[in-house]
Amino acid sequence: MKQIAIWALNVATMRGASYADARIVSQRSRALTTKNGKVGSASDAESVGMSVRVLADEAWGFAASEDLSRSSVEATAARAVEIARASAQVKREDVRLAPEKPVTAEWTTPHRIDPFSISVEQNIALLLSIDSEMRSVAGITLAETNLNFNREEQWFLSSEGSDIHQTKYSAGAGYTAYAFAGNEIQKRSYPTSYGGQWQNKGYELIEELKLVENARRIAEEAVALHHADQCPEGKFDIILDSSQLGLQIHESIGHPIELDRVLGMEANFAGTSFLTLDKLRTLRYGSDMVNVVADARQEHGPGLGTFGFDDEGVPAQCTPIITNGLFTGYLSSRETAHTIGENRSGGTLRAEGWNRLPMIRMTNVSLLPGERPLTLEQLIADTDHGILMQTNRSWSIDDRRYSFQFGCEIGWEIKHGKRVRMVKNPSYSGITTEFWNSLDAICSRDEWTLWGTPNCGKGQPQQVMGTGHGAAPSRFRGIKVGSAYKGN
Amino acid sequence: MLTKNQAGDIFDRIKRLSVADEMEVLFSGGKFALTRFANNTIHQNVEEENHTVSVRTVFDGRTARASTNRFDDDGLRRVVESSESLAKVQHPDSDLLPMPDSREAAGSADGGVRASHGRLALQDGSVPSRHFASTAAITPQLRAEGVGQIVNVAQKHKLTTAGIYSSSESVEGIFNSRGLSNWHTQTLAEVSITMLGADSSGWQKANSPDVANLDPLRMAETAAQKALDAAHPAEIPAGKYTVILEPSAALDIVGFMFWDYSGMAILDQRSFLTGRIGSKLFGENITIWDDVAHPLQTGSPFDGEGMRRMSLPLVENGVVKRVVYARATAERMKRSEFKDKTGPIEPTGHGFALPNEMGEMPLNIVFAAPQNPQTLAQMIASTERGVLVTRLWYIREVDPYEKMVTGMTRDGTFLVEDGKVRQGIRNFRFNESLIHMLSNVEAMSEPLRACGEESFDMVVPAMKIRDFNFTEVTKF
Repeated sequence: MKQIAIWALNVATMRGASYADARIVSQRSRALTTKNGKVGSASDAESVGMSVRVLADEAWGFAASEDLSRSSVEATAARAVEIARASAQVKREDVRLAPEKPVTAEWTTPHRIDPFSISVEQNIALLLSIDSEMRSVAGITLAETNLNFNREEQWFLSSEGSDIHQTKYSAGAGYTAYAFAGNEIQKRSYPTSYGGQWQNKGYELIEELKLVENARRIAEEAVALHHADQCPEGKFDIILDSSQLGLQIHESIGHPIELDRVLGMEANFAGTSFLTLDKLRTLRYGSDMVNVVADARQEHGPGLGTFGFDDEGVPAQCTPIITNGLFTGYLSSRETAHTIGENRSGGTLRAEGWNRLPMIRMTNVSLLPGERPLTLEQLIADTDHGILMQTNRSWSIDDRRYSFQFGCEIGWEIKHGKRVRMVKNPSYSGITTEFWNSLDAICSRDEWTLWGTPNCGKGQPQQVMGTGHGAAPSRFRGIKVGSAYKGN
Repeated sequence: MLTKNQAGDIFDRIKRLSVADEMEVLFSGGKFALTRFANNTIHQNVEEENHTVSVRTVFDGRTARASTNRFDDDGLRRVVESSESLAKVQHPDSDLLPMPDSREAAGSADGGVRASHGRLALQDGSVPSRHFASTAAITPQLRAEGVGQIVNVAQKHKLTTAGIYSSSESVEGIFNSRGLSNWHTQTLAEVSITMLGADSSGWQKANSPDVANLDPLRMAETAAQKALDAAHPAEIPAGKYTVILEPSAALDIVGFMFWDYSGMAILDQRSFLTGRIGSKLFGENITIWDDVAHPLQTGSPFDGEGMRRMSLPLVENGVVKRVVYARATAERMKRSEFKDKTGPIEPTGHGFALPNEMGEMPLNIVFAAPQNPQTLAQMIASTERGVLVTRLWYIREVDPYEKMVTGMTRDGTFLVEDGKVRQGIRNFRFNESLIHMLSNVEAMSEPLRACGEESFDMVVPAMKIRDFNFTEVTKF
């Protein structure tokens, strides 16, 4: 594979590229689902190809091909240079890359069990036993499960001399129980909604999730929601479980800190950001106890944003994003680092596959756990009147990442430190900085989970990327609850 | 680009490698190029060529799928082995039907095609050609020249611009061991433009198989004018307003209900149409078809099993008439408790590739032309106080049975007073039931081909709607 990259780099530089990198990627995936006692889908997929990214006339060009023959690879590299020269027809300034020391390296996701070594029969048996548990509960009208495994092997070579071979594994699993009755569809999901929990791990993740053990409880909650009261409307203290908080971090911290958004590069599609450059090290993003990092290193955990090197050969790093409430860092790349006065990339450029241009993506953007011991039950006991909300049901935020509304699958009203009743259709809304400044308690490390978001979309053509978000249940004071149902 | 003959040869090679009872091969892919600009600069510029072959095998009622983009002998052998080994360990599926042959896939002679939604029916139900050599021939230089013109408009108005200019040439094909072979080629050119001022923005987007139908300069001027008109946005309180949704905004919000026009969604009891088919759910003026043959539509005329897509009325004068079906879903529905409450039950050629858990969906939505179409200007002129919306964003479902969705306005939101566009206003969040919304449509324009970012492309009108529910206003 290295030879393929060398063919590409040679042609690109011969044609006048001042910089070039080549990625050869081999991806394999397996997806299994069940629905109401039957296998819903069973599929394997592989995709192999190469791409060349070049700077010529100080502008970018990118070309990709499935054909790995020498003639095709060389034609693809030449095409990338031609495209770069077309880009140079419409530019205001030259592209500037922050320096990066070339590196030769091997990196593989630490994993105990290769997920592709587990038989399909075993996987299906697991999913059907979860399905059976859910459908044993009267009132369940639809039960869905999923199991997913991915392996991606990449060879990255650059004209500056980098030579990096990286292999990443990820796994994901989850399920949802639906109950339709009267004029209402209610659902509950585990470990979280929209595909469950995902991490960069092997099959051991599936063993850790206690999937079967929780299936009946989840189904019972879905049915019980039909008899629950509507979540009240008004201003309340709310406690978010760690999976919902993970998504809150993703949408209201992870996206606005992407430097390409801040610089207007995503203005036509994903949007811009309220975090203009003047806010770096001046904006009070959250309360004093808010500490957020973007950490791609293995020591942060096996998140979907964990890797050895990003897709322009920069080593994984930890960037402080919010430090004791103060906004302190963006997600950056070699091209954008200079705009915030940095002389090195933050190492966040990633591509969905061999045929996509790497772009700034969240790594593991995590809220660090509280320093004093605090369990969820202790946090509830410390709350006079509030709503505990669990598991995302809907999410929406404006194109500057400032005004949001989230809905959850289930809520619990808390009075005088106790859960007094289940409530259905809980939702909350707010303004990003007001919300994070209202945070007054974060549970400690034992309650902290590194969640995976496997479906983050960005870019044109759109690229779907996995990101990681560590969070522990936390409390926010005086939040607007229930406006989603106002007027309807 | 892969040709049908080449695909046929690959299918024959795969057939020789397989020992399955039945076998089906899907082909997809092509060439895709996109020039992306921001801050009046081309900052990303990409091109790719990729084709995928996807093999479904069947053994004694068991089926599974594997796909690859490796067409050499090893790659094809691996994909057949993967598909067969996955299929063999499945449980037999009593709902699985034998693969369709060409005759069954072609459907009935009239195919349901009728001209009752404002277009002339093609007598044989076929789709017009969607492949244009001029679109396939677009080069990076041509796209750069187009972007240069858009940037010139931005600079003329002291704005900055961001957007895309893309072009593609793609194939979609299906062959099966019962002799079916269908092939579709298509081109598509697309332009999307955002113009940004200091505190405002404007947006336009369009696409077509024929690049001659796109006018990037006109789109740039329109987007720029919106950004200029929206400058210094005022804040007005949230509440219920008459809104005028431009076609892109209309399609992005109504698109969220079409997953539910599916036999499988009824069987799963996850559709908001459960128990409501045959009832008048929307206003008298709402008639919606699914019509792949419509001249403004795109896409292939066959579904994931190779069945010809029928053209069908989904809603007539506000009454939900029917949903669409894959072959197996139709058979299941005929045996189900819902069989007398779902309208006509027959395979309609809207199935996804098997195996899948979603069944089917209508993807070629066409709103019928209203009896008295109004232009956008007429809708504005007849509005005492309302909100004109260019574009909606980040729409998500809040309540699945009431079909309530939330989202934001974006890139050009205006206050309309006394029949005139008064000024730009800060963006709103809405929480609105689609049932409520489509019951309150006061006026519509002639439907046109529109595209957005939240839903798939449709033929849809601009809509003037009373009592649209804005629940919050943002700070810009």
